Amino acid sequence: MDWLNAIVQGTLLGGLYALFAAGLSLIFGVMRLVNIAHGDLIILAAYLGLTVTSATGLHPLLALVLVVPTMGVIGYVLQRGLLNQTLGDDLLPPLLVTFGLSVIIQNSLLEVYSADPQKMDAGALETASIAVGGFNLGVLPVLTFVVAIAVIWGLQWTFYHTALGRAFRAVSDNQDIAQLMGLNRRHIFGIAMALALGVTAIAGILLGIRTSFDPSIGGGRLIFGFEAVIIGGLGNLWGTLAGGVILGVAQTVGAKIDPGWQILSGHLAFLFILAIRPNGLFPRISA
Amino acid sequence: MPESMLQTQGLDAHYGDFQALYGVDMEVSEGEVLAIIGSNGAGKTTLMRSITGLLSNVSDQIKYHGEDISRLRADEIAVKGLAMVPEGRQLFPSLSVRENLMIGAQVGRKGPWHLDAVYKLFPILEERKDQQSTSLSGGQQQMVAIGRALMANPDLILFDEISLGLAPIIIKDIYDALPGIIGEGMSAIIVEQDISKALSVSSRVYCLQEGRVSLEGASDTVSREEISRAYFGIE
Repeated sequence: MDWLNAIVQGTLLGGLYALFAAGLSLIFGVMRLVNIAHGDLIILAAYLGLTVTSATGLHPLLALVLVVPTMGVIGYVLQRGLLNQTLGDDLLPPLLVTFGLSVIIQNSLLEVYSADPQKMDAGALETASIAVGGFNLGVLPVLTFVVAIAVIWGLQWTFYHTALGRAFRAVSDNQDIAQLMGLNRRHIFGIAMALALGVTAIAGILLGIRTSFDPSIGGGRLIFGFEAVIIGGLGNLWGTLAGGVILGVAQTVGAKIDPGWQILSGHLAFLFILAIRPNGLFPRISA
Repeated sequence: MPESMLQTQGLDAHYGDFQALYGVDMEVSEGEVLAIIGSNGAGKTTLMRSITGLLSNVSDQIKYHGEDISRLRADEIAVKGLAMVPEGRQLFPSLSVRENLMIGAQVGRKGPWHLDAVYKLFPILEERKDQQSTSLSGGQQQMVAIGRALMANPDLILFDEISLGLAPIIIKDIYDALPGIIGEGMSAIIVEQDISKALSVSSRVYCLQEGRVSLEGASDTVSREEISRAYFGIE
């Protein structure tokens, strides 16, 4: 029963990792940009949430109403003002620039918020639990998992059933021809980044309610996000959710064996899957 | 003399240090069908890329309805009513047939072309509308590419090598459909290596050779000798 419990808790944790990963997956899918600053943007969103909740006294979940659009605007401006200039045939410039961005965000957060770990106060939500079939499930992890499913479903729906999603796919297929069809790729990329950072905002707030955070932990979240994307298969959002779950389960099961093994066993599971299925478990099949 | 729709004046084009076009002067009038012929590497596709804004140009070299469009981006030019059926069709592989057509309509121009009109022109596309565009035969893909350009309701449509890589029977079908497509005041530029096909549907012809205009004339009066001289540069 203890093992089963670890698996269930790991699955729920996977929802959070899927949220870390969804934005990465979206950005890579649309513009082949690997955003090294993604983890730090998650932490930036958590701090924005902290500022909003401490300034207004709002519940962290309500703070989403402000933080999601703010991150969206930051995403659009970042893309149009900086990242679009790095995109081209060469993969290196966007890597270097987002790496620099990561350093800048981390140090700015240190300047403004100091290195002290912070946490958002979500009141009773933090400790509330429900009993389901002999398991005690935290309400927050369950909520996170449900949000992850909703976000991925929403992104998937946007991709395959809206004019915007059609534009995303067209630009991803062939930028020149998409441009001939009247699509301004710079604008489309801007919207994609806005959407990705909107998701990042949700991830950041949920992270900030779940655990304490400080400016240095972005890199770790980036790794978890990457691993979930790669395990699931690039360009497949439901695969990304599966990847998050596998990572989460590997971590909780590892922690069950020995608390020191939590992070390591996640990485091992990732390496194992990379070795047997280099394209991930569910590589992109066109829908 | 009908009003000039598209005009290039002394158009140069470069790929890095390589110059592909040298002072090309060309003009299309409203409602006119123009053919551009020339051998491989003569600069036909480069000319199309310059006109559509995929290559960046120097100011005042390309005018559309009298307005300088040389410095505009491709998407800005598309919105003004200039559409292209690109060489090699270049459909979007992750979009279905219907979605490929819908993308063409994204510029939001009003006109006679919409999904049903394209399906009426090419009924097979309606049967295949939910299939992935790359699962179609070459000829059907070309129909999608043409339909996609028409969905933009353009004033001027550029056909770049539409017969390339297609079976003769399919080429005949597509050329038979052209008069029904280019009508209602739409102008067209047809880029072709198949000279007789190009001459049969056009009113005027330009021949390019090594990036320069080597011949310009009415399609029904240019002689075979003039064309081969302009095409191959043989005296």
